[in-house]
Amino acid sequence: MVKKHNEIIKAESKDLSFFYADKTQALKKVSLPVYENKITALIGPSGCGKSTFLRCFNRMHDLYAGNRYDGKIILQPDNTDILLENVDPIEVRMRISMVFQKPNPFPKSIYENVAYGLRVRGESNKRTLDEKVEEALKGASLWSEVKDRLQDLAFNLSGGQQQRLCIARALATEPEIMLFDEPTSALDPIATMNIEELMSELKQKLSILIVTHNMQQAARISDYTAYMYLGELVEFDGTNQIFTNPSKKETEDYITGKFG
Amino acid sequence: MAIQNKAAANKNLDSIRKTIANHKRHDFIFASLGTLVIASLTITLLILFLDLVIDGYPRFNLDFFSNFPSRRAARAGILSAWIGSSLVLLVTFFVAVPLGITSGVYLEEYAKKNWFSDLIEINVSNLAGVPSIIYGLLALGLFVYSFGLGQSILTAGLTLALLMLPIVIVSTREAIRAIPVHIREAAYAVGATKWQVCHNHVIPYSYGGILTGVIIGMARAIGETAPVITIGALTFIAFLPPSPIGLEPPFINFEWLESGFTVLPIQMFNWISRPQLAFHINAAATGAVIIMLTLLMNGLAIKLRYNIRKKIKW
Repeated sequence: MVKKHNEIIKAESKDLSFFYADKTQALKKVSLPVYENKITALIGPSGCGKSTFLRCFNRMHDLYAGNRYDGKIILQPDNTDILLENVDPIEVRMRISMVFQKPNPFPKSIYENVAYGLRVRGESNKRTLDEKVEEALKGASLWSEVKDRLQDLAFNLSGGQQQRLCIARALATEPEIMLFDEPTSALDPIATMNIEELMSELKQKLSILIVTHNMQQAARISDYTAYMYLGELVEFDGTNQIFTNPSKKETEDYITGKFG
Repeated sequence: MAIQNKAAANKNLDSIRKTIANHKRHDFIFASLGTLVIASLTITLLILFLDLVIDGYPRFNLDFFSNFPSRRAARAGILSAWIGSSLVLLVTFFVAVPLGITSGVYLEEYAKKNWFSDLIEINVSNLAGVPSIIYGLLALGLFVYSFGLGQSILTAGLTLALLMLPIVIVSTREAIRAIPVHIREAAYAVGATKWQVCHNHVIPYSYGGILTGVIIGMARAIGETAPVITIGALTFIAFLPPSPIGLEPPFINFEWLESGFTVLPIQMFNWISRPQLAFHINAAATGAVIIMLTLLMNGLAIKLRYNIRKKIKW
């Protein structure tokens, strides 16, 4: 769809539709690329399907009976359609990790929270775990704050620290794509700024798809922006383009605050 | 003009205050009513308990716990009864707890949600309310006659386990449901399998609630009389079952499972049905012991739940 950009496609949804168990259609043939080492932001009013779209990428909808996907999400470089029945959702989740809206650390120690993804993969070597936990916490710029109290319970951290801990947990397993579902909506402005800076650093290593209902956030951090409305992709383009010269009237109305 | 306005404002304020005072009266009435009900219940229980303690007071000594029942009331003790109760509860615990927890986890995490699982859910909840004599009759037919287990500790343990099972299942499910969705999703999102989620998260986090259910179930089982009578517990027993732990290898034996037995409530029932008043003292003392055991177990459940809740926050 967007040929003018010379970027490597990391994943791409093709005519992706999604139906909840009660037969409501939350996505209507959405085709959207996620570029490697870029941040792609999904914006749109509440209920437009952006979170639903995000959660297709790690097959989160499989946890609840009756949900149905239609269409494809092709993951590169191996050209796998991750929505196929015979692709194990666990395999998908091992390649694509996720950070949620509300910080959701496990009621365990800081160390165990970060190590959990590795433990799930069967890693039990203490030294490897120590190294990777440190690396992930450094990657989430949390190491200096917690290195002396790794055995403390995670919920003793502040909200912003908890969210960075969740990022470390998602990072520890070296995912190819990281999904962010409104990661700063429960945080104060300073914690939000920290997380935004962190995302800009993270994109050196992986590709990021983020849902945000904060338009300024999308403008600040993303390289590409997609505007969704009522389950449909209205417009997708470079972030600059979307915010300065959108090609659709609806996008402009939403961005300028006339609507939404 | 200004004065008039002020007067109007004052009048308005007066009426607001009046309304608030009126509404507060409802608060007061409800609070007093509640206090009254709670107090009367607690006091009734307390009086009953104190009555038992006062009646049974002459028997509160070590001999009472270390003597077998006897034809002479003053020398009769509850040795065989408390050992019987403990051994029966041991069987109950090892049967009901693993079965109950696994069923609860299965129903909550694995089973597909459809009309069949709804049916099971309703039935499990109903089982918790079935009169215990029904369990006794079932056990008599099934364990004693069909399985040929006899009137043994094993039979009693299994019967009480049936009785306790729904309590454990229901409390396990409730404890699991209290785990927020976002914690579960967090575990799945890093690539955990269902079993890993259950084993590393669901069971550890619901542990407090499950434990509470187990203890409350045990507290109920310890006071059950009807089902144990139905399966033929003895009322006068002057021997102990073979010891589960031996001094010679293999150190553990299971002969005690087949032994005849009695339990505390049956011992009490036996004594209270004697014509001699002296035995009623023994009965009162036994009743006090059962109530204290129940209180201790419930207290332990509250304490454990409190300790575990302190460590887990969402």
